Amino acid sequence: MKILQIIFAFVCLQFVETNAESADWADFRGPNGNPVHDGKLPLRWDIDGKENVAWKANLPGRGVSSPIAVGNLVVVTASAGAKQQKLYVVAFDQQTGEQRWKRSFWATGRTYTHPTSSNAAPTPVSDGEYIYAFYSSNDLVCLDLKGNLMWYRGLAHDYPKAGNDVGMASSPAIAGDVVVVQIENQGDSFASGIDRFTGKELWRVPRDPRANWSSPVAYQINDGSFTVLLQSPTGLNAVDAKTGNERWTKEMSCGNITSPLKVGQAIYFGAGGTTRLKLNSKGTTPEVVWNANRLTANAASPIVDGENLYILSGSIIKSADANTGDLNWQVRLKGRFWATPILSNGHLYFFNQDGLVQIVKVGETGEVVEEFEIGEPVLGTPAAVGNALYFRSDKHLWKISHP
Amino acid sequence: MRYSLKTKMLCSLCCLVALAVSVPPVDGVEIENLTKTINAIGPKGLGHAKARQAVAELTKCDVNQIVLILDGFDSSNKLAVNWLRAVVDTVLENSLQSGGTIPLDSLMGFLADTDNDASARRVAYEWITEGNPELRERILKTALGDPSLEIRREAIDHAVSRALSIKDDAGPEALKQLKLTLSSARDLDQIDQITTEIESLGGEVDLPTHFGFLVTWNLIGPFDNSGTKGFDVAYAPESAIDLQDAVEGKNGNIRWFEHSSEDPYGLLDLNTIMPEKYKGAIAYAHTTFESDKKQSVDIRLGCINGNKIWVNGNLITSNHVYHANTSIDQYIARATLNKGRNDILVKIAQNEQEESWAQRWQFQLRICDESGTAILPSDR
Repeated sequence: MKILQIIFAFVCLQFVETNAESADWADFRGPNGNPVHDGKLPLRWDIDGKENVAWKANLPGRGVSSPIAVGNLVVVTASAGAKQQKLYVVAFDQQTGEQRWKRSFWATGRTYTHPTSSNAAPTPVSDGEYIYAFYSSNDLVCLDLKGNLMWYRGLAHDYPKAGNDVGMASSPAIAGDVVVVQIENQGDSFASGIDRFTGKELWRVPRDPRANWSSPVAYQINDGSFTVLLQSPTGLNAVDAKTGNERWTKEMSCGNITSPLKVGQAIYFGAGGTTRLKLNSKGTTPEVVWNANRLTANAASPIVDGENLYILSGSIIKSADANTGDLNWQVRLKGRFWATPILSNGHLYFFNQDGLVQIVKVGETGEVVEEFEIGEPVLGTPAAVGNALYFRSDKHLWKISHP
Repeated sequence: MRYSLKTKMLCSLCCLVALAVSVPPVDGVEIENLTKTINAIGPKGLGHAKARQAVAELTKCDVNQIVLILDGFDSSNKLAVNWLRAVVDTVLENSLQSGGTIPLDSLMGFLADTDNDASARRVAYEWITEGNPELRERILKTALGDPSLEIRREAIDHAVSRALSIKDDAGPEALKQLKLTLSSARDLDQIDQITTEIESLGGEVDLPTHFGFLVTWNLIGPFDNSGTKGFDVAYAPESAIDLQDAVEGKNGNIRWFEHSSEDPYGLLDLNTIMPEKYKGAIAYAHTTFESDKKQSVDIRLGCINGNKIWVNGNLITSNHVYHANTSIDQYIARATLNKGRNDILVKIAQNEQEESWAQRWQFQLRICDESGTAILPSDR
C-alpha cells in the first residue's frame, strides 16, 4: 500500500504546477526589494464612497508589516492580545477579499514594542511554495499556501536574550533554500540561515550588540550561489547564504532602519547619506562609486527606476541621478513616514503615519498630484499586482483597483 | 507550463485515488503518540522532521477527535503548543469550509474542566465562540477567575461592561461589581480602566498592593559605570550589605539611605531620588521580604537600564540593555523565597548616552505568582 501511495504521489507531483511563477510581490518591498511596479494603479480612491476600493477586509489584530501577494492570495501578519502575544497569519483571496485561512500562534519571545509599532512588524516572505512569517518576538513560522504548518521556530526560545523592547522589524529574506533572519539588538545579536524545508539552523553568526531594524537582502551571483547583504550601524556585510561565511565587508557608519537595495551591479544603502557601491566580478569588496550626504533616508529605503534614485529624507522626497548621486529635485510632503513608497506608472505612492496618502508625479520635477485621507495609520509598504494595490492599515487590509 | 484536458483529468484521478488510499482513520492511541512526537520538539529545529509528519497525520483527524489533540497540549512546551494549535485550527477550519460543523458539545466539556491545559482551553473557547457566538456570554459570566488569562481578560471586559451599564442607576452596586472584577484583573490596561471607574464612583484602589510592588528600599550609589564597564564589576553591595557602613563609590564614600515610592506602580526614579542626576553610574537597591512559607515566585522588574537581581545572594536575572523601552513586568525571573526573611538586591546601571530619550534611570519591582497575582509579604 505504501508503495502505491508513493507511486501515485510521484505521478501527481509531475503534473502539479508550482505557484512560483505567480508569486509576484512576495517580499519586503516587492520583487528584488525595489518597489517599482509597471501596473496602472488608481491615483485616487474614496474610502467612504468606495470609489476604486475593490474590497476591504478586517484584520484580527494590529501590525505594521506589509502584505505580500503570492499565488492568488494576499497574506498579512497581525498581533493582538494584552501583550501582543497572539500572532496571526491570514490569507485572503486576491479577487474577492474573502478570508481563505487564518492561523494563530502564541509568541515565545519578547513581545514589547513601542506603541507605534507592533509585534507583527517584519514583513512575511514567500518562495511561491511556502510562506515564512516572522515577528518582533523572533517567532518564525513556515506554512504552505493552504495554511498547513510546515515548521515553527522560536528563535528567542533558543536564544532568550534576543529582543528589543522598542520592537524588532527586520524582515526575513529567502536565498535559495535558506531563510535568512537578521536579529540585532543589545542581547543575543545574530544573523542566521535556516533551512527552508525543515526549519533547522544552518548557520548563525554573531552581530554587533546594537539595535538595528535593517532587513537582509539576498541575490544570486554568477556561480549560482546566493549572497546576503546585512546592513548594520558599523557597515555592510556580504555573507554566503549557505554558510554565513563572510564574502566581503564595507566598514562605514550606516543607518539602522533602512535596508540596502541591489540593482544590477549597484548597491545603494544608507551610509553617509546614501552610498552607491559597484560590485565586481571577483566577488571582492566593492568600490564606492559615489556618496551623497544630502540623500539621508530616515525610515524608508531607497528606490531606483532606471537613472533615477528616490530617497525619502524626513518628509522630503528627493530625486537624484542614480549614476552620480546629484540631486535633481525635491518636494516636501506632509507628516511622518515609516513606509517605503512604491513607484508605479510614473507616480510615487506615499502613505504617512496619520493615514494621509500623497501621490507624487515624477519626471523632470516632482509634483504632488493627489492627497487624501484614508482614516487609519499606514506604516507598511504596499504591495502591487497587476493593476491592483494592496495595503494594510491599522485594522484593515485593502485592495485598490479600477472597477 | 500548460497541460491538455486529458492530462489534467488523469492527474485529478491519480490525486483522488492517492487521497483515498492515504487517509486511514487516526485512532486515539495513534493521536496520543503523534502529539507526543510533537511535544518532543527541541531547540534549533530538533525533532522537526518527525513533528512535521505527525502534523500531516493529525490533520487527517475527524473533528470529533479534536479533544484528543487538545489533551496533548502542554503549555510548558511553548513551541509544541504552537504546532498542535496549528493542527486543531487546520482541522476545524477545513471542516467548516467543507460544510461540516464544530463539535461544540465535546469542546464545551473540555473547556469546563479547568484542570485542562490553559492554552488548549483557550483554543476550545475560540472555536466554540466561532461555532456559536451566543455561547460567549454564557461562558464569560463564570470566567472571571479563569486559569486562562486570555479567557479571563474577555470575562473582565464583559463584567466591566455590565457594571458600567448600571453605573448611573445603581452606583453602589456598580462599585461593588467593579471591585470584584478588579480582584481578578491581571492586565495593566484593564486594571487602569477599572481603577478609573472605581475612583469615579468614590471608591479607592491600592494599586501597589494589587500588583505586589515593593515600595520601600534602601539605596546606595553612585558606583562607576563609565563605558558601561561597571555592569560586571562586583561592587561592595554584591559581597555584603551593611546598611550602616560607608563604602567607596564613584565620587567618594557613600552610604545607604531609605526611600519609599509613592508612585501607584511602585516606580523609583533614581534621577530624582539620588543626590544628583548621574551618568555612567550604578545604584543598588536593597529590601527584605517576609515570606510566610518557602515558595517559588515570579520576580518581575520594569527597568529601562542595565540591571541585575539577586535573591538571598543568588543572581536570578541579568540584562545588560540600556534605553530600549520599559514597562511593568518587562523582565520576569523565577526565584525561591525562604520562609521568613529574604534579601532582594537590585543593580541599576545607567550609561552615558546623551540623547534626550536616554536619560531615565529607574526601576519598579513586584512579586507575584505565574499568573500575575500579587504575593505580599506577611508583614505588609
